[in-house]
Amino acid sequence: MHIPDGFINGVTSAGAGVIAAGGVGAALRQSGKVLQDKRIPMTGLVAAFIFALQMLNFPVAAGTSGHLIGGALAVILVGPWLGVAAVSTVVIVQSFLFADGGVSALGLNTLNMAIISGLVGWVVFRGITRVLPKRWTIALVATFAAGLVSVVAAATGFVVQYSLGGVGDVNLATVFTAMVGVHFLIGIGEGLITAAVVGLVAASRPDLVFGTHDLNLTGSSTRIGRGGIGGFVGVGLAVALVLALVVAPLASSDPDGLERVAIDQGFADDAVDGAAADSPLADYGEDTVGVSMAGAIGIAVTFAVGVGALGMWALMRRRRRVPT
Amino acid sequence: MSTPALAVEELSFSYPDGYHALDSVDFHIHPGERVALLGPNGAGKTTLVLHLNGILRGSSGTVSVAGLDLDEDSLREIRRRTGLVFQDPDDQLFMPTVREDVAFGPANFGIEGDELERRVTDALEAVGMADQAERAPHHLSFGQRRRVAVATVLAMHPEILVLDEPSSNLDPKARRELAEILTGLDITMMMVTHDLPYALELCQRALIIDAGKIVADGPIADILGDDALLRAHRLELPRGFDVRTA
Amino acid sequence: MSTGHAHALFIHGHGILHRTAPHLKLVTMIALVFAVVATPRNAFWAFGVYAVIVAVLVALAGLRPKQFAARLLIEVPFVIFAVLLPFLGGGERVEVLGIAVSREGLWGAWTILAKGTLGLSFSIILASTTTVPDILSGLDRIRVPRVITAIAGFMIRYLDVVVSEFRRRRIAMSSRGYEPQWIGDVKPWAASAGSMFVRSYERGERVYQAMVARGYTGVMPRIQATAAWATPWPGALSVIATAWATAATAMVLT
Repeated sequence: MHIPDGFINGVTSAGAGVIAAGGVGAALRQSGKVLQDKRIPMTGLVAAFIFALQMLNFPVAAGTSGHLIGGALAVILVGPWLGVAAVSTVVIVQSFLFADGGVSALGLNTLNMAIISGLVGWVVFRGITRVLPKRWTIALVATFAAGLVSVVAAATGFVVQYSLGGVGDVNLATVFTAMVGVHFLIGIGEGLITAAVVGLVAASRPDLVFGTHDLNLTGSSTRIGRGGIGGFVGVGLAVALVLALVVAPLASSDPDGLERVAIDQGFADDAVDGAAADSPLADYGEDTVGVSMAGAIGIAVTFAVGVGALGMWALMRRRRRVPT
Repeated sequence: MSTPALAVEELSFSYPDGYHALDSVDFHIHPGERVALLGPNGAGKTTLVLHLNGILRGSSGTVSVAGLDLDEDSLREIRRRTGLVFQDPDDQLFMPTVREDVAFGPANFGIEGDELERRVTDALEAVGMADQAERAPHHLSFGQRRRVAVATVLAMHPEILVLDEPSSNLDPKARRELAEILTGLDITMMMVTHDLPYALELCQRALIIDAGKIVADGPIADILGDDALLRAHRLELPRGFDVRTA
Repeated sequence: MSTGHAHALFIHGHGILHRTAPHLKLVTMIALVFAVVATPRNAFWAFGVYAVIVAVLVALAGLRPKQFAARLLIEVPFVIFAVLLPFLGGGERVEVLGIAVSREGLWGAWTILAKGTLGLSFSIILASTTTVPDILSGLDRIRVPRVITAIAGFMIRYLDVVVSEFRRRRIAMSSRGYEPQWIGDVKPWAASAGSMFVRSYERGERVYQAMVARGYTGVMPRIQATAAWATPWPGALSVIATAWATAATAMVLT
């Protein structure tokens, strides 16, 4: 999801840059308060872990493999501030040292992959574990949810940025469905991996799982049983349902929900060159969604949900067959 | 009697879980001496070493380096005086290049500019790595990294060099190279090691620590020549090795 | 989704760009990227100028065309998106080779391909002529907060260590028959990842101890670079001026 130069217009990139700089600054300051002298080496080592983890592929099915972003994993293991700082470093280094992600898009990429994914993952994890009973099975389901939602949130961040300043004139609902639908599937993999890693770290070194320090969880972190798997499936379906409900209104009514806001806020006036023809927003509002488009969106979303559910079901069946 | 380079007096230490790691450890090392610290695994060797620069603080007793007692205020200066070379050079070489790693120590104490450059060059030359100054540590062989780790500490002009298992994981040539370098240094030295022949070659005196207590302290030839003593503390010379002819 | 790239793009060389101070290269690269991004999309001639600049810099960098092209492959995911845009885009349709495609979509595809490729090219030229430690010290010189460059330095330093520890463990696992087929087999994989985290964290603590043992006070000390860099400011500024003059002219003319 590394955005290259030229994909999103200058105003949006700059705005994202300001927000990202603020977010990274805050993350560094807060982790400095907690870690003090240790801040730099510890963040560096955690960043090395995340970067290394992103390089390694994990099996998804039938020879295909996936890659992690690691935002939720980082914050659950080392806390929101250190986690966001570490993943931000990864994104910054990828841009300058490995030409991955445009330099002008650094704010956008940092915002999506580090800040949004990290903070959303943290909020979801803490929200669920606060409200539900304090058991490891539930904490792992919460971890799964955090991983899944963090990836979807990062994709949503991208969609918002695209709606504000993206090139081309793709109908927003299409962009949303494509990006978020795909990342919903990726998020399932990320959620499962995140939960597995957190569970296994907790088995040997519970003191190294920051997110569970104050929870006093009971039960084992490595035996999640049928209830855990069911929890994963439930979360996955719930998230898919929410996404479908969000897409539907975007698809059916005037599609320019988000651009409406942008135009009303005056973004359309902001073009540096003054020529409306160049503004990515200039042609929005003319498009109407045909029946075929709505149908396509519906099919895409159903497909995403269906594949996700199928994967979950297969997971459950496999567990039943193979004795632990 | 000159000030000892290192004076440890009645040092005791227990871990938070209650385990008594050090029990009234007491010894002095004089300037110019080279002392080997021997003992079985779990005896407290590494624990003792971590007390020598204040990473661990004893529950009772004192540590002083070249006459300066270790306490809250003297911590930084003690760390300059005790040059600790860890077992894993990767823990100690954390900068992007060799030069920056060697410069890190003195720079923290306010050395800069030409003097900093001089220190870096001198330290690297002392370990035979002056031509590798711009390389990244992970491109060096293990033996080379060990040597650079020694240089990072030498650059601070310590009073005593403390090495934790310096010959471990070195191939024979690297082991030889390091021995030559250490012999050539004009410095007080303490070496934690399992490599008894290495200790015999490089040190004149040996301490044996077992279960947190010093159980022997004397000329190394005598200590290594005492079979019963070695066996009692799970130490053993290599087969066929004769202390007298070594 | 992009995979992490641990293999640095640096290629050894002795040309002028290799000898140029890293902060100068960084300033130039950033200025060029922003000129490209600010250029209106329909000023085709401007992009031609930028392409010439790329060609000149690639030559000065001593990069062979094949090497350069190979590195451009990072961009593949967005090329795919660019290709799809004319078909996904809405609004007015035009006919291309008998197919009705979106006009905005075509413009979007052009913008991504032109600006994205140019931006990537400048990044690659920088990374190919500047070692990682030098890029970090260059960033430091242009006032990127020390905390960030220091953390990045540690990250780079220990990346290889962490990856090779993980690889060793994977080899040990596959020697014992572990061949994960699908995500349900993921527990041993996750166990290695978990152990990798624990080891990284513990190493972080030991590195901190080693830093403290050499007098670290929480602030990274200033260690000036000694290497004698070339500082061809006239050359750099004329490249920047050319690019920005092009961008400004394009903005005015459009």
